[in-house]
Amino acid sequence: MSAVTGKAWVFGDEVNSDVMAPGIYFKESMEVMASHCLEAIDPDFAPNVKPGDIVVAGRAFGVGSAREQAALSFAHMKVGAILAKSYARIFYRNMLNFGVPALIFPEADEINAKDEITVDAIAGTIENKTTGKNYSVSPIPEHLMEMISLGGLMPYLKKKIDAGELKTGAMPT
Amino acid sequence: MGETLIQKIMARASGKDSVTPGEIVTCAVDLAMILDSGGPRKIWPRLEQLGVGVYDNEKVIVVADHFVPAADPQSAAILKLTRDFVKKFDIKHFYDMEGICHVLMAENGHLQPGMFCCGGDSHSTMGGAFGCYMAGFGAIEMSGVVVTGDIWSVVPETIKVDWSGAFGEGVAAKDIMLFLARELGMENAFKVVEYGGETIRNMSMMERMVLTNMAAELGAETGLIAPDQITLDAMRAGGTEPAKDALEWRSDDDATFCAEHAFDASTLPPQVAAPHKPSNSAPAEEYEKDQIHVDQAYIGACVGAKLTDLHMVAAVLKGRQVKSGTRLMVAPSSKKIMKEAAADGTLATITEAGGLLLPSGCGACAGLGAGIIAAGEVCISSTNRNFQGRMGSNESSVYLGSPYTVAAAAVAGHIIDPREMLGETPS
Repeated sequence: MSAVTGKAWVFGDEVNSDVMAPGIYFKESMEVMASHCLEAIDPDFAPNVKPGDIVVAGRAFGVGSAREQAALSFAHMKVGAILAKSYARIFYRNMLNFGVPALIFPEADEINAKDEITVDAIAGTIENKTTGKNYSVSPIPEHLMEMISLGGLMPYLKKKIDAGELKTGAMPT
Repeated sequence: MGETLIQKIMARASGKDSVTPGEIVTCAVDLAMILDSGGPRKIWPRLEQLGVGVYDNEKVIVVADHFVPAADPQSAAILKLTRDFVKKFDIKHFYDMEGICHVLMAENGHLQPGMFCCGGDSHSTMGGAFGCYMAGFGAIEMSGVVVTGDIWSVVPETIKVDWSGAFGEGVAAKDIMLFLARELGMENAFKVVEYGGETIRNMSMMERMVLTNMAAELGAETGLIAPDQITLDAMRAGGTEPAKDALEWRSDDDATFCAEHAFDASTLPPQVAAPHKPSNSAPAEEYEKDQIHVDQAYIGACVGAKLTDLHMVAAVLKGRQVKSGTRLMVAPSSKKIMKEAAADGTLATITEAGGLLLPSGCGACAGLGAGIIAAGEVCISSTNRNFQGRMGSNESSVYLGSPYTVAAAAVAGHIIDPREMLGETPS
């Protein structure tokens, strides 16, 4: 996984899973679901976010539901990385399982909307090209590094299964 | 050195003698619960992609509870797919429209102290009332669990929360959780909350499950309550004989906790959480001056429509009527609860007061089924979350309260302290 550069979208504390993926769109396609991501708090986000853009947030980002659509919406829009002061547990795990780096970033307040940010999740470095400030953060946890560099849980499982390293049930005929 | 309950559970699940908080372990999963919403419809295509089946058709449990009963063609198709999955993979335990998953795990004796369980819903924490680990995971991660039968975890630290004293009239387990959401906040990720003390020991399992269910609202990995005779009785009622060592699953007296709190239940007043988060709570009486008109009062979800909850509703409604201009909807948490509440007269009290009965299922709580609300509407709900747009429109408002408080608002037409409606039945 290489470094990504994109425009910052900045959110506050305790942004919850339900505003990321509203329940009333659960039965719709991922396309439709993602188009409503965060619309309750920032209607400009979903229509304008570009692949590689960086989502910056405060404490307990993703708090609430287990719905994978909350994380999958960001993956679907090809968000480059998430930088939050802290994460809700299930959302954090979902994000990494979809192969999108989610880094703990205590200095999130120093990023302004539309700043140009470069994130290297493997090295644990963040550069704000707009302000010229550089940051060092904890990289992705060691035991998840292989999964993230392969692109998430599915490619990781595929590799392990193909290599005969996992014991699993058989697909019924 | 003493160990916490979660350390003991994760040590066993990971095949180690002992584990310490912060350690990363791989745990064998004793029970993997998946649901119509984030279950087969998400997981089946991934199994196809990997070309594998489920790790154990006895341990993977499927529940259809989110889109039941089908109210539109998409829901019908999702439920059909769920049933087809059960057939294809020969799943041994399938609950189809029997009620909400977390309550069904308890009713049917699936949980044992010391077990390590994963569920595809954030309120899977509810199972922790049985002294087992049960936590929520996204469908992507449940896909991995269903394939491999194991999962990585960071051994959590434990926040100990003790309650002493008896509740005053009109106060319930739900009030404890709305109070704790304010006191402890929603940012307790990768920590476990273990509840103890006299108040909890005197609670039925149904009440204890409110505390572990809403550990999710504290942001915790799960909630835990050490087993006792009440736990064992509930297991037997569900058809499971407890293991001989069941009562040994408890934190040691000299275990280390990352925080310890002690509160007095006897001085706790009824609580209400205002929009748009559960931690935004205050005593119910503080809302009275604003005369907050309620369009809808909703009794439902895993947390808020168990038999004990319906009894609270009936205690308020007995001899009273739902206010004109306010609608009361009641969706019992399971079919069994519906049956018991019909047999003991509780449902008659609710319908005589003007309440409308809805099917058992997740329904309006998550904006999925009957009972969602429109822009500008206000709902007070016995459910566990009031995030913006959760029960329908982004421009609607949801307040959270105990079943007593929701029923009292249905009668008054606005949010009040329910204690005003308890004690004496009007003639």
